Amino acid sequence: MTDEPMIRIEGLSKAYGEFLALDDVSLTIREGEFFSLLGPSGCGKTTLLRLIAGFNAPTAGTIAIDGKASTGLKANQRPTNMVFQNYAIFPHLDVAENVGYGLKRLRLSRAEEARLVQEALDMVQLPDLGRRRANELSGGQRQRVALARALVMRPKVLLLDEPLSALDKKLREEMQAELRALQQQVGITFVLVTHDQYEALALSDRVAVMFNGRIAQMDTPMQLYQHPVTRQVADFLGGMNFLDSRILDETGERLTVETERFGRLTLAKPAGFAAAGGRATVGIRPERLRVLWDDERAEHEITGTVASRAYFGETTSLAVRVEGLDAPLSIVETNNFGADGLLVGAEIRLAYDPDALVLMSDLR
Amino acid sequence: MTAGATVPAAQSRRWRESDEARGLALISPTLLYAIALLLLPVMIVILYSFWSQDYLTIDRTFTLKNYQEALFQPIYRDLFLRSLSISLVVSVTTVLMAYPIAWYISFHGGRNKNLWLFLVTIPFLTSYLLRVLSWKVILGYEGVLNTGLMASGLIHEPITSLLYNSNAVVITLVHSWVAFAILPIYVSLEKIDRSLIEAGRDLGDTALQSLIRVVLPLSLPGVISAFLIVMIPTVGDYVTPKLVGGKDGVMIATAIQVNFGRAANWPLGAALSVTTMVLVSAAAGMIVLGFRALVRSVR
Ligand SMILES: Nc1ncnc2c1ncn2[C@@H]1O[C@H](COP(=O)(O)OP(=O)(O)O)[C@@H](O)[C@H]1O
Ligand SMILES: [Mg+2]
Repeated sequence: MTDEPMIRIEGLSKAYGEFLALDDVSLTIREGEFFSLLGPSGCGKTTLLRLIAGFNAPTAGTIAIDGKASTGLKANQRPTNMVFQNYAIFPHLDVAENVGYGLKRLRLSRAEEARLVQEALDMVQLPDLGRRRANELSGGQRQRVALARALVMRPKVLLLDEPLSALDKKLREEMQAELRALQQQVGITFVLVTHDQYEALALSDRVAVMFNGRIAQMDTPMQLYQHPVTRQVADFLGGMNFLDSRILDETGERLTVETERFGRLTLAKPAGFAAAGGRATVGIRPERLRVLWDDERAEHEITGTVASRAYFGETTSLAVRVEGLDAPLSIVETNNFGADGLLVGAEIRLAYDPDALVLMSDLR
Repeated sequence: MTAGATVPAAQSRRWRESDEARGLALISPTLLYAIALLLLPVMIVILYSFWSQDYLTIDRTFTLKNYQEALFQPIYRDLFLRSLSISLVVSVTTVLMAYPIAWYISFHGGRNKNLWLFLVTIPFLTSYLLRVLSWKVILGYEGVLNTGLMASGLIHEPITSLLYNSNAVVITLVHSWVAFAILPIYVSLEKIDRSLIEAGRDLGDTALQSLIRVVLPLSLPGVISAFLIVMIPTVGDYVTPKLVGGKDGVMIATAIQVNFGRAANWPLGAALSVTTMVLVSAAAGMIVLGFRALVRSVR
């Protein structure tokens, strides 16, 4: 492995008229990495992916792929291949012709081409569909054909634009596992675009969270989930109880704050942290609050009243009203201890670990 | 027995209430009209083609002698061949000229696509006759082209080979039909999912390869319709050869007209018409198959 990343993007911007779809984005992606671009619809994920693929030219900034500046290179001159959101299977060709489309240019022998096509079809576990055309395939099969068609080219980077979003839940989860296994098998750098935070967390080595054409945070899934740098990122990646706090002391990397009910906490400052008016936002994930049963005791406890509940089968979500807090705390409990039996109005005690609390910038 | 009788009744009621029946009922006025005005004359023509005529009396005994004449008289054979070849040349030229225009409007028309299409159809606001006659003005002995070339010093005496031959017929027909060819090609180009073109580029196609391997095959239905829309009516075109074709540009329709008119041989005219229809259908079928094979070969 060399030090040079597979993809190096510097100061990349893309404007459509007055509108900045991508605003000064810089990032590097390592060779063999499974990298995801995560963000709400319209935040610029596809725009970024299309700039990497070479379908559009940036307004400003540079992209280097495998150490080679790609300015001025068209899609057919880049070592990248794309799996399109709608799969873009050629309707006038059958499955094998679709998969072999890019190989035609290489002028291989018929047998060699057939072998490579078969290898790619095996890789994506597509059963023999014979001479079937694109309009005779199911969604899952199309997705596999699109994947095989790109992989057969042995690209340095595989770009995937929401490849699973059109599939139903069950198939999507199956394909997620397959995609991850496939990436580890072929060792190609994957760049996945998704708006599904669970997908990004489950599949990726690293994730870039995007809002409004900018990258808000780029980190490993665990770091992102546990240490979101802004309120916005925390919110997008799952439930979060936000608590207002007063800053007492600031010492280099750490901040001491006073929080209603959770008391005095000394927390690490997130990157780019800026306090506003001596106040800061602290948060704790719902599953990091645990219901205490009977006479069980914990070092850190809070008492409250169940204000509302929602039953999800394996888990129950509770909103717990706590004296002194503006908003009820939301908590998630698995149902093996009897959380599903808690009724609205019940008095309960909650335990938490102070390490589970994080400090965030207040950006919304 | 009673049960047996009610089943068909119920079935027929069900049929009367079905979508199919409603559809038929809905189109029946137009359908009847079409049958009356299209099928009936054709049937009559076919009938006549098996009869014979002696001055003003029609002899209704079955005979094949009209077809014999239509197929084996050198004059008619030559006219059939010329009509077919002129219409083929016109169709090929028209489609070749229409495709780039349709392509440009569809891919680079931006927000002005409708304006472009409107501009394409503007010549059709004038009469067909005027358009044909205007070519006479352009191609004539003292026409626009000749005077222009003379004035520029490129030629010293008028070119006489411009008008009154089959080239003039081809030029005029291409101009008459090009907009009709642009529209179906444009529609089929519009229907192409742009991500398919990008997928091709992504898999290594140059711009030209993408045109040949993705755009062209996917717009084939439009090309075929354009081709047939131009070819079928031009085989039997009457006005254009009459006005700009001269002696060398005579086509089969003129012979048919003569037989129904001055020569007063309706059965022969009918046999010539039927033969034209059969030849055109056969040519159309072969062209469709030919296009398909061509596209399959470029994969
Ligand atoms: N060709 C275009 N012309 C104008 N605006 C565009 C174009 N493509 C994308 N946009 C805009 O850029 C923003 C980002 O789009 P996109 O990258 O597709 O978002 P995402 O993939 O994250 O949902 C959107 O607001 C979209 O409307
Ligand atoms: Mg998108």
